[in-house]
Amino acid sequence: MIDFFSQTPLLTALLTLGGLTLIFGAILGFASVKFKVEGDPIVEQIDTLLPQTQCGQCGYPGCRPYAEAIANGDQINKCPPGGQTTINALANLLDVEAPTLDEEHGEESDIKTVAYIREDECIGCTKCIQACPVDAILGAAKQMHTVIAGECTGCDLCVEPCPVDCIDMIPVEPDIADWIWQLPASSAERASELNAANIIATDRTSDRDEAA
Amino acid sequence: MRQTWEMPGGVHPPENKTQSLQYCIGTLPLPERLVIPLDQHTGAPAKLIVSVNDRVLKGQMLAKPSEAVSASVHAPTSGVITAIDDQPVPHPSGMTSRCITLKPDGKDTWSERQKIDNYRDASPAELLEIIRNAGIVGMGGAGFPTAVKLQPRNPIDTLIINATECEPYITADDILIQERPEEIVEGIQILTHILGNPEQVLIGIEDNKPKAFEALEPLLAGTNIELVDFHTRYPSGGEKQLIFILTGKEVPSDGLPADIGIVCQNIGTAHAVFRAVAQGIPLISRITTVVGEALATSRNYELLIGTPISYALQHNGFNESDCARLVMGGPMMGFTLQDPDVPVIKTTNCILAPSHAEAPRQPPAQACIRCGMCAEACPASLLPQQLFWYAQSQNYERLEAHSLFDCIECGACSYVCPSNIPLVQYYRAAKGEIRKLQAEHLKSDRARERFEYQKRRKEKAEAEKAAKREARRKAAEQAKARAASGAETAAPKQAGAADDLIKAAMARAAQRQSKPEEQIERQQRALASAEERVARAQQKLADAEASGTDQQIDQARAGLADTRHRLSEANRKLSELQAAEQSQSITEKINASPKALLEKKIAAITQRMATAEDKIAGTEDPAVKQALRDGLAKQQRKLEEVRQQLAESTDAAPVDKDGAEDAAAQAIARAREKAAAMADMSEEQKLRETVNSLKGRLQKAEQRLADAEQNGSEHIDALRSGAEKLRDKLAEAAAKLEEHS
Amino acid sequence: MLNVTSPHAHDGLSTADVMKLVLVATVPGFVALTWNFGWGTAINIVLAVATALACESAAVALRKRPVMFYLKDYSAAVTAVLLGLALPPLAPWWITVVGTAFGIIVAKHLYGGLGFNPFNPAMVGYVVLLISFPVQMTAWPAPYLIMPEGITPPGLWESLQIVFPLLAGGDAIDAYTAATPLDVFKHNTGLLAEQLYGAEPVFAAGELAGVSWEWVNLGFLAGGCFLLYRGVFTWHAPVSMLVALALMAAIFYDGGSSTSKGSPLLHLLSGATMLGAFFIVTDPVTSASSNRGRVIYGALIGVLTFIIRSWGSYPDAVAFAVLLMNFAAPLIDNYTLPRTYGREKSRRATEKQE
Repeated sequence: MIDFFSQTPLLTALLTLGGLTLIFGAILGFASVKFKVEGDPIVEQIDTLLPQTQCGQCGYPGCRPYAEAIANGDQINKCPPGGQTTINALANLLDVEAPTLDEEHGEESDIKTVAYIREDECIGCTKCIQACPVDAILGAAKQMHTVIAGECTGCDLCVEPCPVDCIDMIPVEPDIADWIWQLPASSAERASELNAANIIATDRTSDRDEAA
Repeated sequence: MRQTWEMPGGVHPPENKTQSLQYCIGTLPLPERLVIPLDQHTGAPAKLIVSVNDRVLKGQMLAKPSEAVSASVHAPTSGVITAIDDQPVPHPSGMTSRCITLKPDGKDTWSERQKIDNYRDASPAELLEIIRNAGIVGMGGAGFPTAVKLQPRNPIDTLIINATECEPYITADDILIQERPEEIVEGIQILTHILGNPEQVLIGIEDNKPKAFEALEPLLAGTNIELVDFHTRYPSGGEKQLIFILTGKEVPSDGLPADIGIVCQNIGTAHAVFRAVAQGIPLISRITTVVGEALATSRNYELLIGTPISYALQHNGFNESDCARLVMGGPMMGFTLQDPDVPVIKTTNCILAPSHAEAPRQPPAQACIRCGMCAEACPASLLPQQLFWYAQSQNYERLEAHSLFDCIECGACSYVCPSNIPLVQYYRAAKGEIRKLQAEHLKSDRARERFEYQKRRKEKAEAEKAAKREARRKAAEQAKARAASGAETAAPKQAGAADDLIKAAMARAAQRQSKPEEQIERQQRALASAEERVARAQQKLADAEASGTDQQIDQARAGLADTRHRLSEANRKLSELQAAEQSQSITEKINASPKALLEKKIAAITQRMATAEDKIAGTEDPAVKQALRDGLAKQQRKLEEVRQQLAESTDAAPVDKDGAEDAAAQAIARAREKAAAMADMSEEQKLRETVNSLKGRLQKAEQRLADAEQNGSEHIDALRSGAEKLRDKLAEAAAKLEEHS
Repeated sequence: MLNVTSPHAHDGLSTADVMKLVLVATVPGFVALTWNFGWGTAINIVLAVATALACESAAVALRKRPVMFYLKDYSAAVTAVLLGLALPPLAPWWITVVGTAFGIIVAKHLYGGLGFNPFNPAMVGYVVLLISFPVQMTAWPAPYLIMPEGITPPGLWESLQIVFPLLAGGDAIDAYTAATPLDVFKHNTGLLAEQLYGAEPVFAAGELAGVSWEWVNLGFLAGGCFLLYRGVFTWHAPVSMLVALALMAAIFYDGGSSTSKGSPLLHLLSGATMLGAFFIVTDPVTSASSNRGRVIYGALIGVLTFIIRSWGSYPDAVAFAVLLMNFAAPLIDNYTLPRTYGREKSRRATEKQE
């Protein structure tokens, strides 16, 4: 046996390499089955990050279509309700540089709003119901309408169609139940209040916060 | 001596418990008003069942539990409800919440009380109902509704009574045990009865309360209640920590004590349960330690719920200028009060008014040097320095991996931190932010679901409509096909059946793929040639008759008959086609938009009027002239009517066309345009744009209003006020613009 | 009313207190060094502290922070003292100044100041010097106890003249240097350990592991025990480092043959072992954060120290080992979270929410 191999080095080399190929192929094949990663389709992941206001400010009729557009290479900075946070999250997911919000599609606002129908003025035209992307307005023809505040995303698509202008976007008042503690001003921030030069990267808190 | 387990971490701050233990439990005279918040507990706020100006009696329920996890609220004394409004409450935010203001009448008249003489005769369910109706919540500080906690989802083998009181300064439980040990033991026995007599009942107490220990111990002989003391170390009174110290078991991080067969109750709660069951007294007062160097005297009081904290302070010689901060709760976990007038609530176990020397202002935080003293002090074995690091950079993923939510916010880490970092606040802020993000995520998930549902619904409706159209079209085609085949076989016999004829003609026309006019023309040509042939055949016949043989005559006759037959055939076809043509124009008329129809009508009327005028000019007879003029006037009226209709229909047309499903898309498109336009504009331009758009909307609204006025619509008022509002908005925007430019 | 977060009570110890305790704990080691090697170390420390405070003030001022607030945390002083203790006594003044300045400005403040530096500033300074100026950095003066006959050890004035050659006014004085125990073992060619112990004065005059060096290390050990007692750090990192070092030495002692790398006792009590174990490895900023992590961190430093000492080209290796493990500390942190209350087992820092 050994004699055979030593006398036919070419064949031995071929056999060895062939054998190795088979073994590693088997290992790789096994690994690909065993450790298969069930990844979320990218569109799903993008869609989860979008704020789901369905406001259409991005130019697409809803968040899902925008998610699909992003997956197909559209810009990620077209979502004013999500703001910089969403852009950063998307950039993180897609591993690209985070751009700033494209102002063309609207401005970011910190104040959350919710639609409110002044009910005694509503004439029951159902126009706002048709405009609402999340079915958050309740009512029927010639019946007074009302907004289900908990479901309203604050997209303000219902304001424009109202013929009697009885819909207001009112800011959501802070409530004692929603109150949360704020981070204490960090020492770096306190120092930056002292008109700091911020010559060290870690001194620039705003940058770090944005990157986080 | 029972085995106890050593809690990891912990600190031992100065106890400061002697100051308030010099006196017995005191009471205060009735204050002028009591402010009773509806939300004094964990869970949903209570639901009001009284209104302003109601006269209420002591112990009367003012608000009932609104949900499963909620607690009722009672009148601490008799009096009149003077207000129900938002007032400052003891809460770290310093915000307001709904409160009932009660003006005592000084009589302190009790409402009817229901006592249970022997709790053993009552079923656990009955007792639970009593506890729930008495508004009892955890008296230790968290305020979780006791009735809920006493209905655990798992069988219970251990009841732990928490008499640890590990926070410095607080002695409310200590003095309660010293003065009312019998009531407490009775209360514990009621709790054991409700829980189905668990195997062991343990009272956990720190060894810095020897008097309380001595008071309680003799009463426990003959019961299965065991009093366990262990050495003093903060935060051994934390529920999870106490469970570990007494049993060596750990509550799973995402679970409840009930998951390991344990229920933990504060000793003050046991006392409240005794009062509710045996004496029929709901939770209207509690023992509160009023302590601190900014006070002349420190003492424990039984305070009515709703007593303003400032009232209790004044009775103890409060020196406001010497008070560094006002804290509700202990120095380790209590929160500062911004307003000393907030009321005492069910969870107010301590009011701490330290002097400046006692609670000096924290020096500014230095950098974290990761010394790890916090990790040594953490009773949950967390890494506070890492949590701080990630909380600062808002790295929520890492925070959750570092088990941020296992932090009990005891403050031991901040207590030992050599750099004075307010660690707990970082954790609270991070927890709040994470919870908020989670809530937002849930909400966005719901919005997505709703949006997708709406999309599916619209698609379904659209598909149904399309299916119906398709079905109708198919039915028509089938009918046509049937009629066509019928017509081909039966046409000669039933040529008169116009309906079938039309359909057959249309079917054939469709087959031939040519226009009806062409077909008619072709048929006319065919008819003409057929007539010619008939004429020729007649000529032939005549020739044959004149000169030909019999055979030739016969042939000519046959030819004539043949051509005549063809002629009649051609005739028939032509008439068929003409009929089809007519029906076509009818359908056209039907299909034509009302606007087109009206326009045609107008054209017809003007035509008629023109001919009538010609006729008037042409005739001499005055009678005829008059008649013609009458007709002309009538036509004129008709014309006007039709014109008006036309005007209305033009007005209505866009609305009809838009259709329901396009409204949203249009709104989006408009919004998008607007946003795009707004982006590049300066402030002034934006304002101008707003003014313009408002002007447009106003114009539209006015137009609508005018129409409504003409038609006497029922919405006139609404439209008018809408227009009014738009006018106001416009004026406002214009003013702003002016201001700006 | 003041609105602040809980807790409203605070333990007395502050960061400055911790730093002062560390300074106090260096005293026995410092005394031993001075006793055996003369005034050099004292001069080093004074020079280093002055440089450190100047650099710290300048850096803080440049960053427009309140200077006194930062100086009062004593962290710059601790860095300077540790570097001063680690440098060879009687090294030229510019060695101390360059090393300290580099440590404070580059290793500390360019990374964000106290608490943000990934590497131990004193060790960065030391390594920069060692690599840049190997001659000056490896010239240790001979211990007084083994000074040859007729040579008097330099007094304070002579020492100052050695450190500042300008003071000598041209005729520079040279310090009398001698090989350290570790040097001796490193350059051993063919002698048995026993023969070495007999032949080399540095061993012959010593009791445990080489004359003078054993006392210096014992001094630092005493200081370390004091800090342990005061709870400034936990035992995990230093003990595991010493144990790992001793174990490695025991494995490669080889019965004292000519290829022996030295006995465990030699390794424990010579070079910068104890200074490293109790004052450098325990630096909280740059070490692992959990106790489990610190055990791993310390043990790996011990192993690396031995490897570099035995097979590397530098005689001592604590500084290199510490810096290498500073790199690894965040990784160790990721895998050594403690088991939290209520959890079956410890988690990983990179774990995602399930």
